[in-house]
Amino acid sequence: MQQLADHLIASGLFGAHPPRDLIYALIIFVLCLVVFMGIAFPFAAIVTWVERRVWARIQSRVGPNRVGPNGFLQWLADGVKLACKEDIIPNQADPRLFKAAPYLVMIAYVLPWAVVPFSSDLILADLNVGILYMTAVTALTVVGVLMAGWASNDKWSLIGGIRSAAQIVSYEIPAGLSIFPVVLITGTLSMQGIIRAQGWAPNNWFLFNNPFTFAAASILFISALAEGNRTPFDLPEAESELVAGYVTEYSGLRYLFFFMAEWGALFIIGAIVTALFLGGWQFPHLSHSRVVMNVLQLITFNVKVLSVVFLSMWIRATLPRVRIDQLMSLCWKYFVPMSFINLIGTALWVAIWPDGNPVAGYIMAVLAFVVLVIFLRRVIYYLRKSRMEIYVSPVI
Amino acid sequence: MSTLKTEEMTLNMGPQHPSTHGVLRFVIKADGEVMREAIPDVGYLHRSIEKIAEKVGYHGFMPYTDRVDYVCAMFTNQGWGMASEKLGGIEVPRRGEYCRVIAAEFNRIASHLLSVGTMAMDIGANTPFTHAIREREMINDLIEELCGARLTFNYMRIGGVGWDLPPGWREKALAYLDHLDPILDEYNSLISFNKIYIERLIHVGVISAEDAINYNLVGPNLRASGVKWDIRRDIPYSVYPELDFEVPVGSGEFGTLGDSMDRYMVRIREMKESVKILCQALKQIPDGAVLAKVPRNFRPPAGECQVRVESARGDMGWYAVSDGTGYPWRVHVRTGSFAAMGIVQKLSRGLMIADLVALIASLDVIAPEIDR
Amino acid sequence: MARWPPDARVDALSIYAKAADRFAGKVLEVSDAKLDPWMVVEPAAIVEVCGFLKDDPATAMDCLSNQSGVDYRDRIEVVYHLFSYRHRHSAILKVKLPRDNPSVPTLEELWKSANWMEREIFDLLGVNFEHHSDLRRLLMPEDWPGYPLRKDFVEPLEYHGISTTRESPIIRLDAKKK
Repeated sequence: MQQLADHLIASGLFGAHPPRDLIYALIIFVLCLVVFMGIAFPFAAIVTWVERRVWARIQSRVGPNRVGPNGFLQWLADGVKLACKEDIIPNQADPRLFKAAPYLVMIAYVLPWAVVPFSSDLILADLNVGILYMTAVTALTVVGVLMAGWASNDKWSLIGGIRSAAQIVSYEIPAGLSIFPVVLITGTLSMQGIIRAQGWAPNNWFLFNNPFTFAAASILFISALAEGNRTPFDLPEAESELVAGYVTEYSGLRYLFFFMAEWGALFIIGAIVTALFLGGWQFPHLSHSRVVMNVLQLITFNVKVLSVVFLSMWIRATLPRVRIDQLMSLCWKYFVPMSFINLIGTALWVAIWPDGNPVAGYIMAVLAFVVLVIFLRRVIYYLRKSRMEIYVSPVI
Repeated sequence: MSTLKTEEMTLNMGPQHPSTHGVLRFVIKADGEVMREAIPDVGYLHRSIEKIAEKVGYHGFMPYTDRVDYVCAMFTNQGWGMASEKLGGIEVPRRGEYCRVIAAEFNRIASHLLSVGTMAMDIGANTPFTHAIREREMINDLIEELCGARLTFNYMRIGGVGWDLPPGWREKALAYLDHLDPILDEYNSLISFNKIYIERLIHVGVISAEDAINYNLVGPNLRASGVKWDIRRDIPYSVYPELDFEVPVGSGEFGTLGDSMDRYMVRIREMKESVKILCQALKQIPDGAVLAKVPRNFRPPAGECQVRVESARGDMGWYAVSDGTGYPWRVHVRTGSFAAMGIVQKLSRGLMIADLVALIASLDVIAPEIDR
Repeated sequence: MARWPPDARVDALSIYAKAADRFAGKVLEVSDAKLDPWMVVEPAAIVEVCGFLKDDPATAMDCLSNQSGVDYRDRIEVVYHLFSYRHRHSAILKVKLPRDNPSVPTLEELWKSANWMEREIFDLLGVNFEHHSDLRRLLMPEDWPGYPLRKDFVEPLEYHGISTTRESPIIRLDAKKK
C-alpha cells in the first residue's frame, strides 16, 4: 500500500508538497473503510442468509424465502429489526463492561481482515508477521467474551463466558502449533510469502506437501472451528442448555455485534486455511495483464474460502455438540500431542528433502482426488435415494 | 484443590427453558460445571384434571384425558376407556379394539419420533429433529384423516372408538409404513451411531434394574435397564395377544446397561416393532361395529378398578372409583413421567449440567403427565 | 382376547389370605369385590405388612405401582397397588384414616417410588406420612391453603392478590343487552 501511496503522491494528486504521513494515514483509512464496510460487514451479514438456506436444505426444509428473491434480503430485515429493538441493560449489570464487551469482540473480528490476502496485490497490509498477527488478534475475543459473561450479572451467562474463554484459549495452542509446519517449510510468517511458496496445482499446495501438513491442516481447521464457537464446539451458546450463553442478556444492536463477529469469523477461518494449505490465490499465469491476473486470483481465493465456509456450515448442521470436559480432553490429550508430532515430522521432512518432495505431493493429491470422487458419488446416490416416493396427502 | 475456597452456585433451570420438556424447573446446586444435586420443582402444569373428572362424568372426561399427555393422547384415551369399561362391564367389539390398537401404535411411533428428535436437538444436532418431525407430520396427517385432530385426538369412546377407518385409509397407512422403515435406518445412520452422540450419552444416568423397579420406572426406561417387561406382552389387553412382536430390551452394548444411550436405542427399536404391529393389525382387522352400545348417562355399578395401559412413556395406571352415579368418585392416573422425575434427583449427583439435559431427554419426561 | 389375566383375582385373594394368616389382628378386612378385591390393613401396621409382602419369596412384591388417596366423606383412604415383576401378580392394600388428622407411616424405605406419590397425596388430600424424608407440597405452591382434592374443599377467591375467578363474558354481554 505504501507503493500505491507514493505513486499517487508522485502523480501530483495532492498538490506540490503534501504532508506524507497524513496522506498515508488518509489512504489507509479509506482502504480500511472499503475492506471493513464493503467486505467484512456485508459478508458477515450475507453469510447468515447463506447459512440458513444451507442448513434448511440439509434439514429437508426450505429456509428463508419470503424477504426478497429467495429470501436474499432476510439479513437486511434481521439487521433492521435488531437495530430497532429496545436496548435492555440488566439492572444489576456492570454498565461499562456490559456496553464495552460487544465492541471488543467486534474489534477482534475486524482486525484480522488487515492481513487477508485477496490476491497478489490486494492485501491491506502485507506484514511480514502476517499469520502470527492473525493468531494473536483473534485471541482478543476471549476478553470480550469474558466481559460479556461477567457483566451480564447472570449465572448462566457467566458459565457460558467461562466455557467460551476456556475453549478459545485452549484451542489456540493446537491452532498455533499447526501453523508452524507451514512456516517451517516456507521460512516466512508473511501471508503473501506463504502463498507464493505454493503453486496453483493441488499437488503444490501445502495440504498435500507431506502427510504431516495434511494432519496439521485438519487440526487447524477443527481448532479454528472451536475458536469460532461453531458446532460441534458451540457449548458457550448451547441453546438447549444455557439459552444463549454469554449473550443471553444482550438485545438489539449489541447482540448483532456478537453474532456478526461470529459469522464473519467463518471467512477468517476459511482465509487462514486457504492461505496456508490450499494454495491461496494462486492461479496459472494465463495473462500478462496485472489487473486480469488479480481478478482471477481474487475469484480463486474467494471460491476456496467459500468452500471452506460451506464445509463448516455442513458440519454445523450435522454433528451434535461435545461436552465441555470432552472438548478439553480432546484439545489437551489429543490435539496438542498430535500437533507436536506434526511439527517434528515436518521438521524431519524438511531436513531430509530441503527443496520439497514433489512425488509425495502427487501421490497425496491423487489419493485425495480419488477419495473426493468416491465421496461425491455417495452423496449423489443418497440424494437421489432420499427423494420421497409417496406423499400422504392430508384431507384438508 | 481443596485449599481453594470455592463456592457452590445455586442455578435455576427455570420454568422457561428451551430444553426442559414442558414447564419444569430444576434448582441446581453446582460446583462449576459439576452438579451436587438437581432438585426438580414440578406443578407448573397442574390443572387438577382428576378433580375435573368428578364434575364432568365418564363420557365428558374423555377429551380431558388427551391433555394428560398430549404427545401420546391415544393411550390416555384408551386407558380411560378401558377403566370405564371394566367398571361398567362393557365389551368392546373386535373391530373397535383393532382400531384402538392401530391408532395407539401410530401414536407410539409419533411420540417416539418426537422424543428421539428432541433428544438429538438437546444434544446439539438439529438435523435429526427436523427429519423426525417430517415423519411425524405424515402420521399427523393420517390421524387427522382418521379423527380430525392432530394432537389431542379424543378418538376413543367408552365402548370403542368414535369413528371407523375412512375408505382408502388402510392403503395410505400401509404405504406410509413401507416408507417409514428405511427412514428409521437412515435416521440411525445419521445420528444414532455418531461418535460424538454416543460419547455424550453413554455412562450418563445409569439406572440398575433393581433401582428401576424400586423407583417404579416403566416403559422404555425400565426396559433399557434390562427388565424385559411390557404390559402388552405380559398383562395383555385388547387384541395384543393376537399380534406378534418383540420387546426390545437395553443391552448396554455402547456403554453401561441402563444408561441414556440404552434408553434412546430402546425407543428406536420400539418404533420398528410398532411398524410390525401396525402392518399385522391393518391386515388382520375384521369387519363389524366399532362402538359398543353404551348409554348416554353411563352409570357403572359402585366399585373400583385399576387398569394398566402401555403408553409410549410407560405403563399408565388408571385407578377409578365409582359410586354408582354418572360421575366418577375418584380418578387417579399414575404416569411414567411422574416416576421418572422421582429418580432425577438421585441420578443428578455428580453429573454435569450438560448431562442433566441429556438425562431428562433420555427419560422422555413430559411435564403435563407429571402434573396432570 | 384376554383383557386382564383371568386368574388375577384368585392370585390376589390367596395373597390376602396369606397375609391375614400371618398378621391376624392387623388385617381388618378382605373384600370380595368382583373386579379388583382389596385388603384393609391397620394404619400402624402397614409398614410391617408391606415389608412381609415384599420380602416373602412367594409374593415378592418388588414394586409399588400406584398409590392414591380417596376422600370418602366420612374417611380418607390411601390405596396401595403393589405389583410383583417376578410372579406377575398384584395386590391392593387399603388403609382407612379419619378425616381430621389422617396419618400413616411412610413406605419410603421399602419402595422409593412412594416418595413422590406420598408427597402428592399429602399435597392434595392432607394425609400426613410419618417419617417421610421430605414431606412438602409437590404440585401446588408451597403456601397454598387447603387440600384441593378433598370433597369439601372450597377454592379461595384469591391467591397473593390474583383472583381465582373470572367473570364470564357471556354474562357480561347479557348485562349489556339489558
